[in-house]
Order: sequence, then structure tokens, then C-alpha cells
Amino acid sequence: MSLRLYVLQRGSALILAPLVLAHLVVIFYATAQGLSAASILGRTKGSLGWGVFYGVFVLAAAVHGAIGIHNVLAEWGPDPLKRNSGVLSVTLWVTGIGLAVLGLRAVYAVVAT
Amino acid sequence: MSNIAVSVWRGGDAGRYETFEVPRNESQTVLDVVTHIQREIDPTLSYRFACRVGVCGSCAMTVNGRPRWTCRTHVSKVVENGRLEIGPLANLPVVKDLATDMSRFFERWQGAKGAFEPTSTRAEPIAVIEPASAKRRTVDAGIECINCGVCWAACDTVRWNPDYLGPAALNRAWTLQNDTRDGGQGQRLAAVAGKGGCHACHTHQSCAEHCPQGLNPTASIAGLKRMTLHAFLKGELA
Repeated sequence: MSLRLYVLQRGSALILAPLVLAHLVVIFYATAQGLSAASILGRTKGSLGWGVFYGVFVLAAAVHGAIGIHNVLAEWGPDPLKRNSGVLSVTLWVTGIGLAVLGLRAVYAVVAT
Repeated sequence: MSNIAVSVWRGGDAGRYETFEVPRNESQTVLDVVTHIQREIDPTLSYRFACRVGVCGSCAMTVNGRPRWTCRTHVSKVVENGRLEIGPLANLPVVKDLATDMSRFFERWQGAKGAFEPTSTRAEPIAVIEPASAKRRTVDAGIECINCGVCWAACDTVRWNPDYLGPAALNRAWTLQNDTRDGGQGQRLAAVAGKGGCHACHTHQSCAEHCPQGLNPTASIAGLKRMTLHAFLKGELA
């Protein structure tokens, strides 16, 4: 792993750690309170706070996950693949952009009015 | 005393284990067992040793599945159900029987720029290094490596990543990065931050667990990660 990827992966983990905790607390709260989908959407629609929270969450997860997949392939992938830095780079970018697009679409769906 | 059944690797990479009956002696080391087989049973057995007292780092082998320095490993500590299995070190090509080709291991020392780069000549006064200084203490914790290759054989990352510099070479780099007399620290930091450098380490700590000298290369590698991160944040490393 290059130094740049190392910094990005550790940095995104630092961002993710508190966000994941808050995310879990929200899930437990919503479940325990028996909130309906409509009442959840009622709180998230038009909310800049939730938009920023989950927007940052999705971007950090996309960076972190893409580098993780890249590293798993680079170490445990089949032999011609693990040595092919071009294929590994493409995998990194496709995974990262893919996760970011899917995640941001979901954030848009629950926040946009 | 009774005999022990000793399975010993024979041949190259594609070899097989061959079993020998070796008389059990008091205070017998695994190297004694291998030497007995070569001198008394089969003189064609190839293995490597020199000092027999844990200084030279030549005699490391895989003993009952774990890499060990055989000259300082007592049979009584490792024998399982009266059996010993002795193979060549893992993660290195086998030359023959118990002798591996260690060039890959030593090439990584060069890759990590493990050579001291002097900043003064013999005409100048001897450098003064305070024994209690933080840097000297850090260096003290990492030196006394005997280059036996046990950490290399124990390391999962070495097995997975063909570019990885390995625990011993990175540990050496860390001691030089803390040597106030050394002048090659910028280049060395770039070398250990590159492909296969310190960031490939997964902190499994097998090197520290198996090192016969009780060194902790994982801690040294963590030090290199911190040092490279600081250099990155200062814009000195890309």
C-alpha cells in the first residue's frame, strides 16, 4: 500500500469511527421508538444536518471501502491479478466511485424535498 | 533415554519428509538432532550452521511448524508425542534439504537502505551519543538482530506480498532512522514508504512472537509508519 492510500484509509477510518457510532445510536433510537418510515422521512427531508452527516459518511465509506477491496485483491487475489497494478487501480476507482454514487443517491432520496 | 522419531525435509521445493530414529539425550538441542542424523545416519543431509551458540543466525529452521533458531531450542521444549518435524524456513526457496536460499531476505535489507550512511570521517572526533537519550534508547530496543530470517518465515505479509521488505529490514531501517550519526535518513524514509514498505504491515506481530532475540519489529514498523505520516503531513513525502 502506498503512503497516500495509507493516509487516506486511516484518515477515512478516523472520520468513520464517530459517524458509525452515531449511526448505530440513531438506528437503536428509531427502532426503540417505533418510528415509521414516514416519520423518519419527515425528519430527514429538507434537513441540511442529516444531509451533511450522511454525505460525509458515504464519501468516507467509499474511500475506506475501495482501498480495503484494493488491498485484499493485492494480497489475496489470484496471481496474475495481484501483480497487475493497472487492474488494481481500475478496481480501486470503480469501487470508490460506485460506492459514492450509490450512497449519495440514497442520501439524496431521504434528504431532498 | 528413548529414541525420537524425526521427520526431516529432503530435496528442494518439491521434496518430502524422511523419518529418522535419533537417540534422545539430556539437554539436546534441535541442531544436535540434525547434526546426529548427518554424522551418524545420512551424510548427504544438507543444513547450515556455524556458531552453535545463538550468535551467527545461520541455523534457523521450521521445527514442528514454527520457525526457530535450532541451536538454542531444546528438544524437550518442542517435542510433541515423541516426534519432531524439521523443515527449511518458510517463505524462501529451498536449495536442498534444510538449507534455504536467503538472498531474497538480504536483498530486502538493501531495498530498505539498511546500510549506515556516515556523516563524518575517522579524522573527526567520535560522535557523542547520550546513552539515556530518547533516540539512543529507541535504537537500543531494535538492535542485536542476528539476521536469522525467523521473522521473515513467520510473517504472513511476506507470504502474501512479494514486494514486502519484511520485518528484519524495516526494523534495521528504524534503528538507522534514529541514529543521530546517520546521513541517509531522507532517502531511507522514502524507501520504506514506497511499494512493499512499512505500510504493508498488518501488525499481526508474528515477528515479535517468534524473534529469538526478543526484538519487536512490529513496534519498529509502527515507528516508521508514524515517521512517514509526519513527513507526509509536512509535505516532505508524497
